[in-house]
Amino acid sequence: MIIASTLTTNLAILILAGFIGFVVISKVPNTLHTPLMSGTNAIHGIVLLGGLLVVGLSGNGAFNKIILVIAIAFGTINVVGGFLVTDRMLEMFKSKPKAAGDEEQKGKGS
Amino acid sequence: MSAVLATSFLQDQSFLDILYILAFALFIQGLRGLSGPTTAVRGNRIAAAGMAIAVIATLLNVNEGNWALIVIGVALGAAVGVPAARQVKMTAMPQMVALFNGVGGGAVFLISWSEFRLSDGFTATPTYIAIFSLFAAIVGSVSFWGSNIAFGKLQEIIPGRPITLGSSQQIVNLLLLLIAVACGVAIAAGEHSEALFIVMLLAAALLGNAVVFPIGGADMPVVISLLNAFTGLSAAATGIALNNPALIVAGMIVGASGSILTNLMAVAMNRSIPAIVAGGFGGGGTVEGASGAGEHAGTVRSTSAADAAIQLAYANRVVIVPGYGMAVAQAQHAVRELTKELEKRQVEVSYAIHPVAGRMPGHMNVLLAEADVPYDQLKEMEEANPEFGRTDVSLVIGANDVTNPAAKNTPSSPIYGMPILEVSDSNSVIVIKRSMNPGFAGIENELYYDPKTTMLFGDAKSAVSEITAELGQI
Repeated sequence: MIIASTLTTNLAILILAGFIGFVVISKVPNTLHTPLMSGTNAIHGIVLLGGLLVVGLSGNGAFNKIILVIAIAFGTINVVGGFLVTDRMLEMFKSKPKAAGDEEQKGKGS
Repeated sequence: MSAVLATSFLQDQSFLDILYILAFALFIQGLRGLSGPTTAVRGNRIAAAGMAIAVIATLLNVNEGNWALIVIGVALGAAVGVPAARQVKMTAMPQMVALFNGVGGGAVFLISWSEFRLSDGFTATPTYIAIFSLFAAIVGSVSFWGSNIAFGKLQEIIPGRPITLGSSQQIVNLLLLLIAVACGVAIAAGEHSEALFIVMLLAAALLGNAVVFPIGGADMPVVISLLNAFTGLSAAATGIALNNPALIVAGMIVGASGSILTNLMAVAMNRSIPAIVAGGFGGGGTVEGASGAGEHAGTVRSTSAADAAIQLAYANRVVIVPGYGMAVAQAQHAVRELTKELEKRQVEVSYAIHPVAGRMPGHMNVLLAEADVPYDQLKEMEEANPEFGRTDVSLVIGANDVTNPAAKNTPSSPIYGMPILEVSDSNSVIVIKRSMNPGFAGIENELYYDPKTTMLFGDAKSAVSEITAELGQI
């Protein structure tokens, strides 16, 4: 009974999240699709939580510990790398006002 | 619940759930920011803040004895992820995204595996949890291996051309899928053998390889999007197995995002997703479709950088059409210099970008943004096409199939029906290209034989720089 209600609640969350996802993502212009992709990439790095949750349970043997450390490392790469690289990309899109066009020579660093 | 701080509200499940709900609300809010370039940076940071909250909430509930493992894992991940993200070149973004996507899938299947072992083969685990966990394991494994192969191809560690098993490819893929699913069903039905679980993971791993090896370079945007969707869905399944709302919502939104992108890419190539996954396009198999193009041979007109510069200098309106060739040659900065030189002469310049130009969705836009091209000069296909009619010169830089009029005029062509950038509507066309070799689809481009078209042969970067230099002489 309790299990069934957890399942149905989670399924409801799943379905609603799917619809929200479609609505929100549909508004992203083609131009920003690469940052969208790396940004959502970073978000699915949330599987890191799975690794943290399972490693926190008691009874993990040595082999489990090894694969969980790898999973946590993978998740961290995904999250940290994903957000950083997206940030780098989006900074480039943050367009300077058009007037800056003439004096771009000096802004050529970074 | 841990012995220490057991009574603290910090470990109360409702409190944790509230933090998770806050986290996913921030993810959604952050993604809403991606609807425009001015709000996007903040959006990404909001999503990152959501992630930090979710991670902290989870850490609040970790037993003390395992901190060392967590620290090692996070340190390893940060040591790899941070420098990679800081240093990667914008031209290498597709492979970076493929790699990050792959490790996400890898984490998913490893977590499922550890859950399986921890519960002695899902003994005393509700069946639905076992099912979602097994689904996550299969899809995560496919995504991990598929993404790694995609990375290898994009990084040119593995040849980019399709590598197939020929006509037996589909049968092999189907068989691998069936094996993985059959193992999963047996485990969910109460079989506790770990060997079976490993066979399932292996079959899924082989499937990931078998699906991506036959994919040609030009189909990469579709595949990367699809793998992105897969990893998202597997994360959502992990969320249900672990009863974690933040994971469910985040995973599902990524699944939705990946699905939308996959569909957009497939539509932009006029190909069905199953046909792409079945593989073999982009090089092999369909080359006979190019026959008949041979009769055009001999009518190509080549030009020089000096002539191209004159043509551009006296134009009122120039549209630049970039393609993968621009990325390969790292020519984006040279292109930007050329644009500035033209703008000094009051030439109106914009960029027309096909959705599948490059190797991932939006690839060209990122490169041009890196070169400081103003956002409003980047035109999407729907916006750009009606404008070609009043364009004096279209400058095609390293793009091929996305400009091929055969997609409109030649029903026998393999790319017939694919939406293209209609550069042949403009008064004249200059194509910068290394040689007359056909593109990844292996199809001759009628555009090159059009009397309006002149070809400037050479590396995109040096050709563009030469034109810029010649412009200075005029």
